[in-house]
Amino acid sequence: MLTDQQIFRRRAAGQPVFEDEREKNHQHMITLRLENTIGALNRVINMFSQRGFNLTSVSVGETNEPGISRMTLVTTGTDRIIAQVVKQLDNLIDTLSVDDVTEAPHVQRELCLVKVAADASNRSVLTGISDIFRGRVVNITTETMTFEVSGPPAKINGFIGMMDEYTILEVARSGRIAMRRKMEFEEDAE
Amino acid sequence: MSSSAALRYDYHHRAATRAAVGTSFLSNGSDSSAGSPGSHPLNGQTMTGSQILLRAIEAEGVDVIFGYPGGAVIGIYDEMHRLDLGFEHILVRHEQGGTHAAEGYAKATGKVGTVLVTSGPGATNCVTGIADAYLDSIPLVVFTGQVPTHLIGNDAFQECDTVGITRSITNHNYLVRDINDLARVVKEAYYIARTGRPGPVVVDLPKDMLAATAQFEYPDEVNIRGYSFPTQGDTAAVEQAAEMIARAEKPLLYVGGGTVSSGAGPKLTAFARRTRIPVTTTLHGIGAFPEEDELSLGMLGMHGTWYANQAVQNADLLIAVGARFDDRVTGKIAEWAPNAEIIHIDIDAACISKNVPANCSIQGDAFHVLDQLDPLVEPKDTESWMRQIAEWKKTCPLECPDDEFLRPQNVIKALREKTNGHAIVVTDVGQNQMWAAQFFSYVEPRSHITSGGLGTMGFSVPAAIGAAFGLRNARRMDPSAQTPDLPVISINGDGGFLMNAQELVVAAAHGIPLKVVILNNGHLGMVRQWQELFHEERYSHTDLESTNPDFVALAEAYHCVGLRCSHPSDIKKTIDEAWEVTDRPAVMEFRVVKEEMVFPMVPAGAASDQMITSRGNLRDVA
Ligand SMILES: Cc1ncc(C[n+]2csc(CCOP(=O)(O)OP(=O)(O)O)c2C)c(N)n1
Ligand SMILES: [Mg+2]
Repeated sequence: MLTDQQIFRRRAAGQPVFEDEREKNHQHMITLRLENTIGALNRVINMFSQRGFNLTSVSVGETNEPGISRMTLVTTGTDRIIAQVVKQLDNLIDTLSVDDVTEAPHVQRELCLVKVAADASNRSVLTGISDIFRGRVVNITTETMTFEVSGPPAKINGFIGMMDEYTILEVARSGRIAMRRKMEFEEDAE
Repeated sequence: MSSSAALRYDYHHRAATRAAVGTSFLSNGSDSSAGSPGSHPLNGQTMTGSQILLRAIEAEGVDVIFGYPGGAVIGIYDEMHRLDLGFEHILVRHEQGGTHAAEGYAKATGKVGTVLVTSGPGATNCVTGIADAYLDSIPLVVFTGQVPTHLIGNDAFQECDTVGITRSITNHNYLVRDINDLARVVKEAYYIARTGRPGPVVVDLPKDMLAATAQFEYPDEVNIRGYSFPTQGDTAAVEQAAEMIARAEKPLLYVGGGTVSSGAGPKLTAFARRTRIPVTTTLHGIGAFPEEDELSLGMLGMHGTWYANQAVQNADLLIAVGARFDDRVTGKIAEWAPNAEIIHIDIDAACISKNVPANCSIQGDAFHVLDQLDPLVEPKDTESWMRQIAEWKKTCPLECPDDEFLRPQNVIKALREKTNGHAIVVTDVGQNQMWAAQFFSYVEPRSHITSGGLGTMGFSVPAAIGAAFGLRNARRMDPSAQTPDLPVISINGDGGFLMNAQELVVAAAHGIPLKVVILNNGHLGMVRQWQELFHEERYSHTDLESTNPDFVALAEAYHCVGLRCSHPSDIKKTIDEAWEVTDRPAVMEFRVVKEEMVFPMVPAGAASDQMITSRGNLRDVA
């Protein structure tokens, strides 16, 4: 029988103790409010490489609050590593708040632009597919069509998968953004 | 640029008093402790960036800065020459030396160390010192020159991306792009450096910012919305800790550098003595608790005492105070302290449970958390635990034979005897560092300064100089003359000494009577030790003997007194002679035996109770 401490120790040393959800890598969505200054974005990205954390996706943009930008990060790790990621993000002077929204009810979206080779022969087929994904045609030329789709990553992947049957010329994805459905204080009150 | 001198000194004095109190005890990213009415007397005057910088540094209560000029900062040096400032500038001989001097100053005084260097090579030469300060949580502000804003990114002469290079080794860094931000940035830099978990902050100063003019507006308060740190620990957590202590039968205080830097040494000592809980310290915790005390187990970890590591392996409760469970402490982490529950007190949340998960986490300043904890803990009956510890101490004490060989350990012991422990010992890195940690028996906080985290050879000489300036200035500023005149001893190996020996001229120029010890074993001793133990005696590139300089002649060339000792019977005489020198550094070369090794030792990656206690003896007492 291992004591609690021994179990902790093994985990800390990266040794498996028994199959446990907490020992598996999970994907987490973390949102940050950040000073909108030169270098702030660098500091966040740099922290991930400095400390050997994973970084799958990053998106950043301005907010309604002047001088504050919002960042959504997707990272993977065990519970222990994610806790460390959150603490280290919080330690950055430019960070105003950090929120791991993974477990909370939240919406996540990604925007995707896909340019496909298209001519009169397949335009209507392509548009039909796009309609199913609630996509839009944002540009059309004699040889191409460009579609805009947004949604959770699975939907985007599905759309790209369908378009792959034709000739994809270019894909651009924005990276994910996320937001809690309720404010944190609302959830606390429940 | 004239102001009433009386006014200036009054402001300076207030600022100095404030800084000397140490950390400001306010939490949330704001510091409103500036004296009322609080406005800097020079506010509103039009100044150049260089002048703003110097006045802002002065207003922080800085008494000395370490620097080296160059093209990008020549304007600052020009103003320094013209202005009557409340601090002095010490011209070091290598920027790395400047950063270590500032570290030594900060460690000895508890104040923020300041460095000023030029762009490009000036900045890159500081990188080692900044990284060292980052890993050892030493408050520094490093001002670096930078090419003019319009040339940034052009690969201009002496340009380098200083903020990029130092991003991962600073608590924060700034590139000043608007002269109107300069005074505020300086104030924030000092605030970030000294509060929370202390550390280095870099301020990069493009040359055009220094030449431009603006109104001097030195803010009274710091307001950084993204920066906060608790001082008090969470009450519930502190109560939980008290209960855990009450339950424990074999408790052990595991004390780190955070205890010393927060000024909690005396509190910790009183707490341990009252509650009868034994104490072991990390390399940086040395001095927090008097090592002569029977409750002291000395240092733990790789070269800690055998009995401290035994106690860790057998304890049922570890109370970590300002320590970070470094791999040099824990060895094989999976088998470390297998029976212990853990209380972890630290100012940095990211430090708690990073390496070893804590059962009770208290984020806060050791100074305040001990205040909270103390009234909740009754004195404990640890008699049988202490008896066990006393037996361990007898089984495998730290000792060194007194024989016909000049042994480095005996030099350290002789220094202890000479000073009675009342000295500041600044060590270099390697075997000399470990012997200085093991054999001096420290009694006071801040009496032991070393490069622990980065392990930077070449640290000792400049850091000792910085510490000596700090002490000298503290005595000058102490109206009651209570500040003791402690000797500053720099302990070096023959390898590391050469890495920053040039700084001795600085000490000589200022008449600083440093006591510099070179434990000359003719080798990169610590590496040689590993080669002997783990690499089948293949002594690859660790022999310095035939190529070492004449250290005595070198000392004399640097305007110091040089002394040589080759026989154990001369140790005391050599030390006495060195202590006679009062107007310049005395450098003592001790020709010690090269075969001496640092024991006991936990081999890298082994469990803490698997210690090698002497040549060829792996003691395994589980
Ligand atoms: C700047 C730097 N380079 C290399 C090392 C690796 N290193 C650690 S101890 C050591 C040997 C030090 O030799 P010396 O200064 O003579 O001290 P001794 O161990 O002999 O007391 C070396 C090379 C280091 N710590 N720092
Ligand atoms: Mg040596």
